[in-house]
Amino acid sequence: MLDADTTTTADGRTIGGTVLDLRNITLRFGGVEAIKDISFDIREGEIRAIIGPNGAGKSSMLNVISGFYVPQEGEVWFRGKPRPPMKPYQVARQGIARTFQNIALFEGMTVLDNVMTGRLGHMRSGLLTQALWWGGAAREEAENRAAAERIIDFLEIQSIRKTPVGRLPYGLKKRVELARALAAEPSLLLLDEPMAGMNVEEKEDMSRFILSVNDELGTTIALIEHDMGVVMDLSDRVVVMDYGKKIGDGTPDEVRANQAVIDAYLGVAHD
Amino acid sequence: MTDLHTIPDFLDRNAAEFGTAAAYREKEFGIWQEWTWADTRAEVHAMARGLIRDGLAVGDHVAVLGRNRPQLYMAMVAAQCAGGIPVPLYQDAVGEEIAYALEHCGARFVVAGDQEQVDKVLEVADRISALHRTYVLDERGLRSYDRTNLVSLADLRASGEGADGAEMERRLGQQGPDTTCVMLYTSGTTGKPKGVVLSHRNIVATSKASSEFDGLRQSDEVLAYLPMAWVGDFIFSIGQAMVTGFTVNCPESADTVMHDLREIGPTYYFAPPRVFETQLTNVMIRMEDASPLKKRMFDRAMALAKRVGPLLLDGKPVSASDRLRYRIAEATVLGPLKNTLGLSRVRVGYTAGEAIGPELFDFYRALGINLKQLYGQTEASVFITQQKDDEVRSDTVGTPTPGVELRIDDSGEVFYRSPGSFVEYYQNPESTASTKDPEGWVATGDAGFIEPDTGHLRIIDRAKDVGKLASGALFAPKYVENKLKFYPEIYEAVVFGAGKDRCVAFLNIDLTAVGNWAERNNIAYSSYQELAGHPQVLDTLQAHVEAVNRSVAEDEMLSGCQVHRFLVLHKQLDADDEEMTRTQKVKRRTIEAKYADLIEALYDGSERVSTETEVTYEDGRKGVIRATLELRDAKVVPVAAKSPKVEVAAE
Repeated sequence: MLDADTTTTADGRTIGGTVLDLRNITLRFGGVEAIKDISFDIREGEIRAIIGPNGAGKSSMLNVISGFYVPQEGEVWFRGKPRPPMKPYQVARQGIARTFQNIALFEGMTVLDNVMTGRLGHMRSGLLTQALWWGGAAREEAENRAAAERIIDFLEIQSIRKTPVGRLPYGLKKRVELARALAAEPSLLLLDEPMAGMNVEEKEDMSRFILSVNDELGTTIALIEHDMGVVMDLSDRVVVMDYGKKIGDGTPDEVRANQAVIDAYLGVAHD
Repeated sequence: MTDLHTIPDFLDRNAAEFGTAAAYREKEFGIWQEWTWADTRAEVHAMARGLIRDGLAVGDHVAVLGRNRPQLYMAMVAAQCAGGIPVPLYQDAVGEEIAYALEHCGARFVVAGDQEQVDKVLEVADRISALHRTYVLDERGLRSYDRTNLVSLADLRASGEGADGAEMERRLGQQGPDTTCVMLYTSGTTGKPKGVVLSHRNIVATSKASSEFDGLRQSDEVLAYLPMAWVGDFIFSIGQAMVTGFTVNCPESADTVMHDLREIGPTYYFAPPRVFETQLTNVMIRMEDASPLKKRMFDRAMALAKRVGPLLLDGKPVSASDRLRYRIAEATVLGPLKNTLGLSRVRVGYTAGEAIGPELFDFYRALGINLKQLYGQTEASVFITQQKDDEVRSDTVGTPTPGVELRIDDSGEVFYRSPGSFVEYYQNPESTASTKDPEGWVATGDAGFIEPDTGHLRIIDRAKDVGKLASGALFAPKYVENKLKFYPEIYEAVVFGAGKDRCVAFLNIDLTAVGNWAERNNIAYSSYQELAGHPQVLDTLQAHVEAVNRSVAEDEMLSGCQVHRFLVLHKQLDADDEEMTRTQKVKRRTIEAKYADLIEALYDGSERVSTETEVTYEDGRKGVIRATLELRDAKVVPVAAKSPKVEVAAE
């Protein structure tokens, strides 16, 4: 049961009810508590940022959402139902796709082939029929290729369609990774530092693409990012983490004014 | 078929005669999408009816703004069918330039390619009082825009499909050869752009004459990748395409042009010298990285090809053994190379706009590509002179295109009279009168002469740029600049010297060529600016300047134009900074004013100069770059001495 309340943002997008609800999540590695009793939600159609200093537990949080880590305590509610512990591929089938902090593409394969792997969840024919090009396999491949091409067009990477990923510069690899995630047609997209290591121009391009994914494809986005300027410009709501705890949650303006957040980022004088 | 007077007439004929043949293609989603001539006519007429329904009146201007796409070409013809006048604009023009053109022609409708172009129009829309409606082809990113007067091109077509066609037929019936076909803004190396009005007679006559000259046929293929606002693209992709019925292919994006070129394999191809140069540079860079065996095969094949290829193209006698060896080279090296360049099928290739280096020209001719030169301008609907298949040379621009008369006046300026010469400059009778006399002779603004033996026209420089040095010797900057630009390391050159005792030059490095050279020689650099100022780069360029001086000294008339001192600019000359035109020609006056401090330093003998330059980024924001530049002396050959062997250092 989704929340019925919807709001409209200043730029005319509609933010719907809660898609993902994290309730009192605690994640431990041995004696280390990476995430301590954190709750927040992600609503349909919004861009939700998770920020915080290094080691705050942001990537762990994303890994909990993607099913890679199973928290010791707390519940993940997805589309109004508590989600039992799942393998990442099962989570992916529910419509959650992600990109990685360290690019995780198949370096020896072309951009097109990498994007096509994102279509895997949409392939129905088995190994045998695909190998023999039998039955619906050919038609299915054509359909998936068409879907991949729409993403390639959307992200303006036509000119490197047939280029092996290993030969591409870093900024383009990041874009290809986004393409692969989008090829899965996710309803919730998780981006782990999509702009790390980019120059200003590349960041502007990536921001533009993230906005148009959200706007044109209606994809809900949760992202981790260090560049505060980018985060404040892009996101509708921001969660701030520090040492595994949530120290702030709200619109960019609210977060910017939050004393705990300022202290976490600028440090506090201990006198 | 004498009753075909206008572009819409030819569209009707093509749809009737080759209805199922491809008229336009565009690569989209990785596949070449196709519109037959019948499809094209249906699309065009639907859009035209839609335009009439939206209130287009006869004589209204319809601006078109975007990259080469079939629907935009169709929109231009649709505007014609509806009685309007298409005005294609440069897609990389910034807000101010667009505002000027839209205001000047009083555009009532704009057809924009995508959000980027729509944004530029909206930015200036409140100043364009006549503007009624903007149509957009690619709607991405426009969801939150006010859509009252921003309509998708698909919706325009859909509204036209249901509309009554009687009014369109009536308007088509009123059109004749003297109806305006298109208005094109000249890129304007000086002053504000002028709107060149061309009639259907202009476009149809030149398209016909030039197509017959080269035997173009319906089965030909072209790649439309040059700016739609440029007269050449209008002639190739609409004029000649309509008259002969050949296929126009549009690339997938600006970055995929070379790849798409290879897939299409055009039979009729046009490129400015710069494109050929880039292609050659890329080949050379890749050959440097090839294995020794491949490199040797390439060198030997090219040596043979340079000797034999042009002779074979011209149909001159070649010994049987050379013929055989050329055939082997063709099978092993030249053929695959041409295929990589996407030029395997080129039957007629042209270059124009700038002088082309003899080495560059010979390289392509050696491969067996029939590359020729033509001379033209917007006011002539392109064609003034063309080279015949067996009279191709790198230093002339050929003989007059059929129907064109040439005349050189006493000052050396070239004049022509042709069926293609323009009607007028829009709302500018003074300029019209000063360019075109009552007898129809049009001043080109270029200085040149006709070779007595061959009848070929040779262009020296822009007439207004040709001047005198303080000594009274002839000063023709472009002549020297072209020689400098023939070196792959030099991207652009600007020579100064009118009224002075000697010439000096600004150079721009070619980042691809010099960057590659730096990588090969383990020279680290972090920016264009740093590379441009590197001492070893300066040494190389100095050697080139000195070689050019030796070559210039051999020409008695122009030996005074040798470059005494030069510097390498810290930034690339750019159209966004108004240093170049949108067709990549240097704006001499602007550069002279903007970099006055640098020119002064070149003349006062200082060894270094610090400077600050304002730059405009692609999105219109401004910034400042600072640099300290090293000024270099170059050896010159004494003007008095006739023998080029005697060299002394300047100063």
